[in-house]
Amino acid sequence: MSTAPAKAAPVERKELHHPKDTMLREDRLPHIWCPTCGIGTAVSCFVEALRETNIPEEKVAVVSGIGCTGRVAGYVNLDSFHTTHGRAIPFATGLALAKPDMKVVVFSGDGDLVAIGGNHIINAARRNMNITVICINNFIYGMTGGQCASTTPQIAKTSTTPTGNTDYPFNVPYLMDACGATYIARWTVLHIRRLKKAMGEALNKKGFSFIEVIAPCATLYARRNRLGTGFDLMKFYHDNSEIQHGADTKMVDIGFQEKIICGKFVDIDKPTFLERYRGETNGGGK
Amino acid sequence: MKLWRTPLDAEKVRVPHGVVSVIIERCKGCSFCVEYCPRDVLIISRNFNKKGYHYPEVVSEGLCVDCNLCEDICPEFAIYSDPVENTPAPATKENT
Amino acid sequence: MSEQAVLTGEHFMTGDEAAAEGGLAAGCRFFGGYPITPATEVTEVMAKRLPGVGGVFIQMEDEMASMNTLLGAAWGGMKSMTSTSGPGFSLMMENLGLGIITETPCVLVNVQRGGPSTGLPTLVGQQDMMQAKWGSHGDYEIIALAPSSPQEAFDFTIHAFNFSEQYRLPVLLMMDESVGHMFEKVVIPKAEDIKLVPRRITKDKPADYLPFKPDDDLVPPMIEFGEGYRVHITGLTHDEKGYPVINAEAQQPLVRRLCEKITKNADKIYMYDERELDDAEVVVISYGITARIAQQVVNECRAEGKKVGHLRLITCWPFPEPIVRKLADRIKGFVVPEINLGQMSLEVERVAGRGIPTICVPNAGGEVHNPEDIHAVIREVLK
Repeated sequence: MSTAPAKAAPVERKELHHPKDTMLREDRLPHIWCPTCGIGTAVSCFVEALRETNIPEEKVAVVSGIGCTGRVAGYVNLDSFHTTHGRAIPFATGLALAKPDMKVVVFSGDGDLVAIGGNHIINAARRNMNITVICINNFIYGMTGGQCASTTPQIAKTSTTPTGNTDYPFNVPYLMDACGATYIARWTVLHIRRLKKAMGEALNKKGFSFIEVIAPCATLYARRNRLGTGFDLMKFYHDNSEIQHGADTKMVDIGFQEKIICGKFVDIDKPTFLERYRGETNGGGK
Repeated sequence: MKLWRTPLDAEKVRVPHGVVSVIIERCKGCSFCVEYCPRDVLIISRNFNKKGYHYPEVVSEGLCVDCNLCEDICPEFAIYSDPVENTPAPATKENT
Repeated sequence: MSEQAVLTGEHFMTGDEAAAEGGLAAGCRFFGGYPITPATEVTEVMAKRLPGVGGVFIQMEDEMASMNTLLGAAWGGMKSMTSTSGPGFSLMMENLGLGIITETPCVLVNVQRGGPSTGLPTLVGQQDMMQAKWGSHGDYEIIALAPSSPQEAFDFTIHAFNFSEQYRLPVLLMMDESVGHMFEKVVIPKAEDIKLVPRRITKDKPADYLPFKPDDDLVPPMIEFGEGYRVHITGLTHDEKGYPVINAEAQQPLVRRLCEKITKNADKIYMYDERELDDAEVVVISYGITARIAQQVVNECRAEGKKVGHLRLITCWPFPEPIVRKLADRIKGFVVPEINLGQMSLEVERVAGRGIPTICVPNAGGEVHNPEDIHAVIREVLK
């Protein structure tokens, strides 16, 4: 890391407008996320991906649950709803059924989606509800101060597993695969181009699409496990991510500081809930 | 940027050029932009912003190729590059 | 989309079925439900009927999900409804609160059974009346209606939708197992004779619209997602713009307004049925199935020359305080039979004060009151 020469550079403070500001609630920035948190980067990729899809912005809604990632809904300049803990997917289900012309995106965290909201995510995937789910996985409950999550790898220390987690974590892509999700990908926030592309593909996908985004939590996960800064976690992703498109999801579980297999694992087509309900395809319905 | 060999179409390809802007007050000093800039355009400033973070500073403006990587990786929406039209291809490190 | 939404004519149906038909007649086109005895029939009618009228039925994985789909569908511009009973009602409390703070119109039908816990799935109770008022955490006011017959289940479901649209909140239809499973004649009027309150959609343009800036009656106009308003709606304490604001300055006006939009409009909401109150010395206050037994007792008392009147609550919440207070000034006492060990009677006692007795006729559930039990208490008060 290079540093500036000793002489203090004059600070320029002219009014600047970030090109992504039109898609953000600029009046709420800077956001609440810690320095080096990966959620902001994921949102950055999302708004860029959304712009590239050409889906009209007024026809996109973002729904979040509770937690650090739960705050995403409050920063995107779209119709957005911040639900109770774990319930983003049922809200999105109601909205997607009432407004079939809208693209409903659930943007939430691992604790929100696969722990307290676990029943909702598996059933929404099973129904092939027409929603896109972006799950930020930082392996920990951030907002409440670093408790063990259902995605925390074994051994990892959290405030509720002070001697190291003994539980088996979820392999989230495998879980989603078992439930019948039509699109499953995993990227780290370091893979900005690939993550953006995956988000674009998920947004254009009809049915239940799911992206797991591995993101650094420096304040809690890295600190409690002495993994350095958020930037150190990014370096770890750089050195330990392995891209395996089409990998068997059974094999993509993540151990503590072990290899992270990334890629697009599943991309299939099948009728959505509403198509079956309206009898537009085979598979029952009236 | 160091190249193993000069590409055959190097004459025809016009390398784009960009100008980097930093929204200083949004920065939280993560250094992602500085570290991942492929052209080493940025360094960490010695100055603080209002919240006490060292923000990035442009040191080699001419090297920016407007790849937008800093913009995309920044978690704070605090940095971006704009393309500069009608400028000659920027000098590479080899010939500076 | 070929079937009639409003089944105009005379029918023989249960309270559960009538509530479902009431919802359809009120324009409900979304139902997210989960089966539970004794409310399952509402869900089943909706599953059968909604596709034919262009609506959507979805059976969710649990009641927390059901409740949230209603909110999603409501912000998608639909009128939405669910039905449940005790255990499911408890699960819905979480997102009832979300509906309150985000001011989302929708209707919940609670066909009450005996509790606590799994209790008596197939038998009657009226034990959720206080839960209806206080069940979700935080301060709020609610509207809850109690039908005494299948006809009222139909009528009051329409009222419930109208209140939910007028005051922008989830409204509860507090039915009970006896009314829910009772077959009776239900007359469904012509569609054009059913008065419906439309959604209060803003006239503001997106640039000017503030999602939580109230009109004079303290209720803010609404929008529908997908129309370019780009609103942010949150369960956090928020300002008029809808943005989260975590401090007392935002909390005080928001929570006060959420309560006052009901309390200050309560005179327009109160619904009750007065029978022979003019000369009454003792007044029986009841609701739901219990009101039918109470009315029989009152009729018998009158035949015996006893001056007994009957006040039947239709809106249990907001509790019709003015009429109870007025009666309390001149009668000898209130008798409150209910299928619980004393819930609405506490409210009667609170309003009536200590000057006259308020006597609950308790019943822990599983059966309706024996008229003689009510009679005995009336005799006691008249002594």
